Amino acid sequence: MKYVDEFRDPKLAQRLVREIRRTGTRRWVLMEVCGGQTHSLLRYDIEAELADCVELIHGPGCPVCVTPAEAIDFARELSLRPGTIVTSFGDMLRVPGSLGSLVDARSQGAAVRPVYSSLDAVDLARKNPGTQVVFFAVGFETTAPATALAVLQAASLGLDNFSLVVAHVRVQPAMEALLEAPHNRIQAFLAAGHVCAVMGYESYSELVSRYRVPVVVTGFEPVDLLQGILECVRQLEQGQASVSNCYGRSVHRGGNRAAQECVARVYEIADRPWRGLGLIPAGGLALRSEFARFDAVHRFGGALTLPVVEDSGCRSGDVLSGRIRPTECPSFGRDCRPESPLGAPMVSSEGACAAYYRYRREGMAAAALNCELTRYPT
Amino acid sequence: MCLAVPGRIVTWLDRDPTFARAEVEFDGVRRVCSMACVADAAEGDYVLVHAGLAISRIDADEANRLLDDLSRLNDRDGEFSYESSRQEPEP
Repeated sequence: MKYVDEFRDPKLAQRLVREIRRTGTRRWVLMEVCGGQTHSLLRYDIEAELADCVELIHGPGCPVCVTPAEAIDFARELSLRPGTIVTSFGDMLRVPGSLGSLVDARSQGAAVRPVYSSLDAVDLARKNPGTQVVFFAVGFETTAPATALAVLQAASLGLDNFSLVVAHVRVQPAMEALLEAPHNRIQAFLAAGHVCAVMGYESYSELVSRYRVPVVVTGFEPVDLLQGILECVRQLEQGQASVSNCYGRSVHRGGNRAAQECVARVYEIADRPWRGLGLIPAGGLALRSEFARFDAVHRFGGALTLPVVEDSGCRSGDVLSGRIRPTECPSFGRDCRPESPLGAPMVSSEGACAAYYRYRREGMAAAALNCELTRYPT
Repeated sequence: MCLAVPGRIVTWLDRDPTFARAEVEFDGVRRVCSMACVADAAEGDYVLVHAGLAISRIDADEANRLLDDLSRLNDRDGEFSYESSRQEPEP
C-alpha cells in the first residue's frame, strides 16, 4: 500500500537504528502517547531492539481504555431499552464496565451493533426512523471530527432518533497531567501523529517551554517511529527541547482547520474523568448546549452513575500512566487475558496489555513470528 | 482507535459541505468516505482516512523528500548530517 510499504522498509529502518545508536550516549526515557504506536513498537520489535538506547514508556493513548466504567454502564443500560440500538467501534463494545461489556449485554437482549464510522450510525438512524440509534462516541481529537460531523448531519437531516454518549478525550491535558505527576520520568514525547493531523502542533510550544521536554510529532510505521525516536534522542543529546514534525506527509503545523472548525461548532472543552487516571481538567469534550438534543444523557433523562471502584487485581491505572509495564501487573497473563480481561488495556487492540500479551508473552519469542521486520543487524 | 489508512481518491460523489463524499481506494478495495474536512483534495490525491472521514491530504512531496533524506543516511559512515525534521516556516 502506497505511503505504508515504503515506511516499513527494513533497510531504512536499519539505517535509523544505527543512527540512533550512534547519536545516543545514555539511555533516554521517551513516552509514545498513542496506543497505536505502542502496538507498532512491539509488533516490529523496535522496543526490544533499542532497549539499551531508549526506554519507551507506554502512554495513555488508548481512548477505549480510559473511558470510565460508568459511561460504559450508561451505554449498556440504554442498549437494554426497547426500541434502542447502541452503536460504537468494536473495541469499545468489548470493554467491561462494572456490570460487563455491551457485547455481554446482548445475551440479555440488548441491541448492540459495531460500526466502522459514526457516520454509519447516522445512516442507520435515517433508515430506521422508529428506532433510537445511540452512538457511543469515544476517541481522541482524531475521532472527534467524525462524531461532530455525525451530529451536523443528523441536525441537517432533522433526525430526532440519533444521539451520542460523549466520552471524547483530549490528549494534551493528559500529557501535562503525566508531566506534573510526582513519579514522572518522561524526558521526551513522541506525539500522536493522527491527533496532530487534525490539531496541528502549534499548541505544544507552550508545553515544551514550560517543561523543557522535546515533543516530536511521529507516525505509525516503523520508519516513522524510528525517525521520531532519533529526533528525540538528537534533541536530548544536544540539550534542546522543541516541537518537531517527523510526520510531515500527513501533519501540517496548523492541522486540519476544517476538522477543527467542525469540532468547535459541536463540542466545547470540558473536564473529564479518565479511567485509571482520575479527573483531568479540560481533558475531554462535551456537546454544546445548542446540540443538547443529541446528547443521550439529555434525551433519555438518564444520569451517569457514581464513579465505579475498579477491580483491585487490575493495575490498569499504573499501566496507563506509565508507572509499570503490563508484565509487572500480578494479574497479567494469569487472571487477566484477552478472552477474560480484568481491565480495558487487555481488551482494546490499542491497549498496552493486549500488545504485550500478543507480542511479548513470557517464554514467547517476541514479535518475530508475525512481523515483517524483526531484528535489525547493527 | 487513532489508526488511519492512506487511500487514493477515485471519484468525488457529493460536494455538499456536510455530506461531501468520495470513493476512495485502499490497496484495491474501494469505499465511500466523507470528504467534509478535505474539500480541496482532488481525484488522484491520497488522503488519510480515519473512521470513515478523510482527516488529512497526504503531501507526496514531503513523503518523497523524507525517503530521499533517509536513503542518504549513513552513506558516508556517519558523516552525513541527519536533518530529519524540517520545520515549516512560522506563519
